Amino acid sequence: MRQVLSSVFRKPATVPYPFVKAPMPANFRGKLQFDSAKCIGCKLCERDCPTGAIRIEKVADKTFEAHFDFASCIYCAQCVDSCPKKAIQATGEFELAATSRQSLQQVFHAQPKAPAATPQAAAPQAAPKDPSKP
Amino acid sequence: MTDKPLSGFVTVPIGPQHPALKEPENFTLTLAGERIMHTGMRLGYNHRGIEKACEQRTFIQALYLIERICGICSHSHSTAFVNAVEEIAGLELPRRASYIRTLIAELERVHSHLLWLGVAGHEIGFDTLLMYTWRDREVVMDLLAKLTGNRVNYGINTPGGVRRDVSDEQKQEILKGTDVLEERTKYYIEIATTEPTIIGRLSQVGKLSHDDAVRLGAVGPTGRASAVDRDVRRDDPYLAYSDLQFKVITDDHCDVYGRAVVRVLELMECYSLIRQLVRNMPDGPIAVKAPRKVAPGEALSRYEAPRGEDVHYVRTNGSDKPDRVKVRAPTLANVQVVAHMLKDGYLADLPIVIAAIDPCFSCTDRMTAALVGHGPAGEGVMTWPQLRRHGIEFYRRQGIDFADLNKRLRSGGHH
Repeated sequence: MRQVLSSVFRKPATVPYPFVKAPMPANFRGKLQFDSAKCIGCKLCERDCPTGAIRIEKVADKTFEAHFDFASCIYCAQCVDSCPKKAIQATGEFELAATSRQSLQQVFHAQPKAPAATPQAAAPQAAPKDPSKP
Repeated sequence: MTDKPLSGFVTVPIGPQHPALKEPENFTLTLAGERIMHTGMRLGYNHRGIEKACEQRTFIQALYLIERICGICSHSHSTAFVNAVEEIAGLELPRRASYIRTLIAELERVHSHLLWLGVAGHEIGFDTLLMYTWRDREVVMDLLAKLTGNRVNYGINTPGGVRRDVSDEQKQEILKGTDVLEERTKYYIEIATTEPTIIGRLSQVGKLSHDDAVRLGAVGPTGRASAVDRDVRRDDPYLAYSDLQFKVITDDHCDVYGRAVVRVLELMECYSLIRQLVRNMPDGPIAVKAPRKVAPGEALSRYEAPRGEDVHYVRTNGSDKPDRVKVRAPTLANVQVVAHMLKDGYLADLPIVIAAIDPCFSCTDRMTAALVGHGPAGEGVMTWPQLRRHGIEFYRRQGIDFADLNKRLRSGGHH
């Protein structure tokens, strides 16, 4: 009986998920973010990626863009460790369910003035412009 | 030992899809009434070709693939593999890295044993135990997530060390979580040793005598519950285990009840090990730089996974990819024991007897090439090149042509 009463007034053990999100740990390996300004095009991430989810392409002199396939990414964040310039970072974003594989293909463009190629890629641009062009 | 039905008995196929089994595996039971006379077993439904796939991946890439052999003991497989690679490469693991790996290993054992306890409760209709243990398991899952970044497939290992350090706040959290879990585990020990329904349901079920356990090569808690005093952590210490004090739990009940007792008592040892690891963790670097290419060599690595001894064999050829990887998961050693345990038991005991070895069939399903009688003249066992040709022909008949592969085969591309 005591058990019953204490259970009635106890707050639920579960989290009301869609309304309250559980905090992600600081070193959580979520969706990846690419900073073109830092990329030197060494392609170590491409080489170490266990699933071949990364493609780094040269778009101009010393300017690179990254093609991520978040459908094949296993979120091991090896690319984050492999990158010598910390151009790739893992974010806390974990809600990556999608209705098509296509929408999980994401291009991190080097410059913000080219959003025409894939419209959904416009949002996560981390590098607005490369200010320190030598 | 054929799967041919005996006359006068009923043969019941259980699996590969069956409500009582969590994973696809086939057990063909010959029954006399409710009694099991003989068990035929077929493995291989979950064969994923991971060993072969490793040969096409660099050591770093293969590590993440190896980690995905099993979702529950992922750290066991990845550590066993990386230990073997480091042994061949002659890398000396920093002491702190070795402690962190061991810490994750013990946390993993806690989560695996709590998971098992819940599953066992569920299989005998004691679902309250399932709810309790899985609620408590969240404590250790959260700790693992905080330490490594993920609840499963921790990705903490890298050749030459670990990828995440343990901070002082995290150490405090681990100690606090361990205290909570220890308190809860004491309650489970009390349940397991005093609750008459548990004792009645699990005693004398799935008997495995000490001699049979040794003869059939039972490993881990399955063997230790039949008084087989073996534990790789003590007998062949790896990582930081030679610095640590712990008891190897054995039991002489020789039945499912004994296996439950061994696991709950092992939990208590885990907490003691976790405390020792946290308190005595040395300072220093967490990784050394590992070369991409590993010199030719071979190594066999033994690891005491929560389910028993896990063995990895790695051979290298001087490139940045392994030449051969072989995994002997603990369930493979234990699964043949199941047929013996089921004999003369009741059909209704089948789920708990199978669950009692804590099986992981996707870990176990390595290689099952049993094409007897498909040879060129309809006889014999096929050789490896014959098997390859058979596969190519088989798929061509299905309308799939491996023209590229055929070309390489004809030009003698078999390395």
